[in-house]
Parts: sequence; structure tokens; C-alpha cells
Amino acid sequence: MSAWARFRRNRLALLGLALVAVLAVSAALAPWLAPLDPARQSLIEKRATPGAKYVLGADEFGRDILSRVIYGSRVALLVGVLSMLIALAGGLLLGTVAGFIGGWLDAVLMRGVEILLAFPYLLLALAIVAMLGPGVLNTTIAVGIWGVPAVTRIVRGSVLALREAEYVGAARALGSPGGALLRRHILPNVLPGLIVYATLFMANAILLEAALSFLGLGVQPPTASWGLMVSTGRDVLLVAPHVATVPGLAIMLAVLAFNLVGDGLRDALDPRLRGAA
Amino acid sequence: MLTFVVRRLLLAVPVLLGVVFVVMLTIDLLPGDAVTLMLGEHATKDAVAALREHLGLDKPFAVRYVDYVGRLVRGDLGRSIQQNRPVAIELADAWPATLQLTVAALLLAAVVGIVAGVVSAVWPNSLFDAVARLASLFGLSMPIFWTGLVLIVIFSLWLRWLPVGGAGSLSHLVLPAITLALPSVAMVSRMTRSAVLDVLGEDYVRTARAKGVGEAWVLGKHALRNAFIPILTLLGLQSGQLMGGAVLTETVFAWPGLGRLMVKAIFARDYVLLQGAVLVFALAFVVINLLVDLSYGLLDPRVGRQG
Repeated sequence: MSAWARFRRNRLALLGLALVAVLAVSAALAPWLAPLDPARQSLIEKRATPGAKYVLGADEFGRDILSRVIYGSRVALLVGVLSMLIALAGGLLLGTVAGFIGGWLDAVLMRGVEILLAFPYLLLALAIVAMLGPGVLNTTIAVGIWGVPAVTRIVRGSVLALREAEYVGAARALGSPGGALLRRHILPNVLPGLIVYATLFMANAILLEAALSFLGLGVQPPTASWGLMVSTGRDVLLVAPHVATVPGLAIMLAVLAFNLVGDGLRDALDPRLRGAA
Repeated sequence: MLTFVVRRLLLAVPVLLGVVFVVMLTIDLLPGDAVTLMLGEHATKDAVAALREHLGLDKPFAVRYVDYVGRLVRGDLGRSIQQNRPVAIELADAWPATLQLTVAALLLAAVVGIVAGVVSAVWPNSLFDAVARLASLFGLSMPIFWTGLVLIVIFSLWLRWLPVGGAGSLSHLVLPAITLALPSVAMVSRMTRSAVLDVLGEDYVRTARAKGVGEAWVLGKHALRNAFIPILTLLGLQSGQLMGGAVLTETVFAWPGLGRLMVKAIFARDYVLLQGAVLVFALAFVVINLLVDLSYGLLDPRVGRQG
């Protein structure tokens, strides 16, 4: 049975995929889907509760929360996908080099990784954002760079473990050159785990962007970012809980979608683990 | 084994020097000037220059770096710009609150996460497994600053069981600790489940079963022992996530710890205080991961020999 056939039989994974599709459609068609202009303020209708005009209510400035949540999906997806690509590209390269070549190069790279990993995760991203200045693109770069050391460590760990595995030793004994060992025996076994990690990373990237924006250091107003919306709603939490909670639900659903797909991918790519007892 | 320990200890020194370097470098590149911010827009050029000189900011980066490290060795972290108090004292005031919060969260994450993960792996696709996996998916998916707000609404405003924020009693610790621990509980249980499942699919487990070893022995001696290496690695990494998460949790719950101090320092561009706070976090994180590395040697005899 193919990986896709196995994936298709997993209902939760399909639900995740459907949610990702909704997210993608919402991001792509935001101007047509949003009932109102996300930036339009109406101060007399501020903190309006969900109803006919404002389906999910209005925020502190009387802006339509539904429209802002729809536009917010653009920021979340953009930051997530691009930062994941940055993290994977950097981590795969550095991790393979460190794990396979070893020696002093490994020592130097891993000390560098350890230095970057020694930062509480928000602070490294935050320092980079502070360096580059806030905004969508800079937040993406910061989140991507934040991901590189962790991916490097994971890739290096599995390359190191696989390098010592018996079947790789056997291939080496049979005269397989280094490049072929990497390509045929090591990397194919690193990738399935990494695809799952990449999906988890999408989830984390969306969370980190939201956190940076929540603290006021990521995406800046008036751009609609979910984390920023929760932050605005926090000030009126006691009088109008929907202003903070609705955008938070959007974050959760987006992150959940990628987690579900990641789980489904893992089961589909490594069927041994499904139902193994 | 002893040389392995000593080597790892010595390797931690350059990491800490590197952390200081990276922090000073990023702060050096910050767009806002701390001095201008402190004195206000209308400060005279002379006053700005005098204060820059007083803080040592007129010197080149390399000189300031060596100076800072030199003072660090003597335990001098400088004086904070905003409060003009010794940074060591400000950190000492905030540190216990953060330690309390992160240790509580780490314990929650380790105990709940490992137990749930092992049970899920031993009975995969059972009702418990399904519920635990769904719960962990939600735990991983909720942004902790939002979880904190939702918990406040439910337990402080509606039920009135627990305080909204602040510190002091055990009841103040409950909501922040749960908020901070949730993503880690989810992460640890997922990782434990997949690590144990991985190991249970290994040939040596099949061999052990084939030769008639009891299921409990297979699990304890073969599966858990091997699965613990990735789990420990994750717990080490999670401690860093928890310290980072503490920044958000402490902000939401007005918890008087290092995280909140750090956010204040960032917005005030109090780089002296910020450097000190980052260094304390980094030191804690390096020590924890050192312990994790050393424990590999106990779990897997091959590691000690290679190192």
C-alpha cells in the first residue's frame, strides 16, 4: 500500500489536511472572503458582541474580527512556510556535515549550535527581530534562524546514530563510498523523521510569530496578525472576552491542522509504528 | 567516564563565552540608543556623550567584551541602567520565582508526559491512546499566552477558585505552572509514545520476546532504557522552551520572575540588565543539558567510550 493510501485512511490526518486547505484558501482569497475591510474602524461599535453584522464580534476599535482573522491567516501561513524552509535548509546542511564528517568541524558546528540553543527560544528570535526591526519579513527570518540549531541537532543526531548502524557498517565494508552511504543509506532514514519535524515546525513557527506579535515585537499594527489581536483583546478581557479568545482559537486551529497532518505523515511514512504492539 | 565529564565541563565554558558574545553583538545592533532613550529627546549632546563614556559605550566592541567577561569572572554583572542597582541583586530577587515556576512545570511535563506516553505506546490505538493523543494535539496547538488568558477567565473570573495573577501562595502557582507545562506535557508524551513504539519495533525486542522474556521485562529492560535517550534529550531541550515560555507566562500572570524582568529590560533598552538575565537563563540551560549528556553515559555505555 502506498504512503498516500495509508494517509487517506487516517481520518484525523484528513481533517488536518482539510483545515490546512481552509487556511490556504482563506489566505489566498482573503479580499473576497472577508465580509468587511479588516482595517475599517467604527468606534461606536467597539467591542460589539458576535451578531448579524459582526459574525465574530468587533474589537476595541470596532474592526470586524472575522475579517481580521481571515486576513491573519495570510501572515500565519507566510511566516510559517518561509521560516520552515529557512530552518530546514540550514539545519539539513549543517547537521549532515557535522554528523557525517565529524572531527573538529563537528565540534565547532555543535558548539555554535549549543550557543544558539542556550537562548530561551523567544529571546533568540526576539534579539534577531530587534536587530532587523519588526515586521512580517523580519519576523519570518527570525523564526527561521531560530529553527536552524534545533534541526541541525536532530539531523546530526540521526546521521551519527545511522553512521554507526550495522547495515551502514556492512555497506561500508562492501566498499560503498561516503557519498553513496549518505545518499542511499543514511539520508533516506533521516528524512521521514524530518518531514514530521517540519510539520511540527510549521506549528511552532505560527506559535512563535503569534508570541512575538503578542509581546509587541513581531508583526506591527495595523496588519492583522492573530497574536497581535490576542494582545489587543487582553486589555478588555474582563469586559469582552471574545476579542482575545476568537483570534486565539484561530491560532490553535491552524497549529492543530499542521500537527494532525504531521501525525498522519508519520504513520503513513513509517507504517511499522502504526498498530505495532 | 571521568575524562568525559571533565571534557564536557570544559566545553561548556566556550558556550557561555559565545552566549555573552552573541548577546552583546545583537544588543550592539539594536536600532534604539539606550543613552538617548534614558536622557530623553531633549538631552544635550554633551550629556549623552558623558553618559556614554560613563557606561563604557564609547569603547570598541572587543574592549567592552573583554571588560565584561573580566568583570563577570569576579561576579560583577554591572549596574542596571533604569534602577541603577547591581544587576546581580535584581536577578537574585527575580530568580527564585522563575525557578519555582519552571521546576513545577518541568516536573508536571516529565511525570504526566512520560506516563501518558508509555501507556499509549504499550496499548496503541486503545481508548486511552486516542484520548491522550487528541489531548496532546490540543496541548501542542494552544499558544500559551492564550491558554493563560482562557484559564484566567475560567478559574479566576467564572469559578473564582484561583487568583488572577501575582505570586505568594501555592494557589498563585497553579495556573501559571499548568499554562507553562501544557505544551511540554504534550511534547513529552508524543515523544515518549513514538520512542517506545520505535524501540518495541526493533529486532532485539522481537528476539527477546521470541526467547520467552516476559513483557514487563521487555518493556523495562529493553524498551524504556533505550527510549529514554531521546526522551531525555527532549526534556533537556524542553527546559529551554520552558524558560522561554516563562517570558510569556510571567507576562500574562504578572509573575515576578526573570522573564518579566527581561521583557521590561528589552522595552527599556536596559542592556546591562538584559545581558545578565540572558546569561542566567543560558547558564541554567547549559548545566541542564550537561546533566542530560552525562546521563547518556549511564544509560548507554557506548557513549562514555566514544567521548
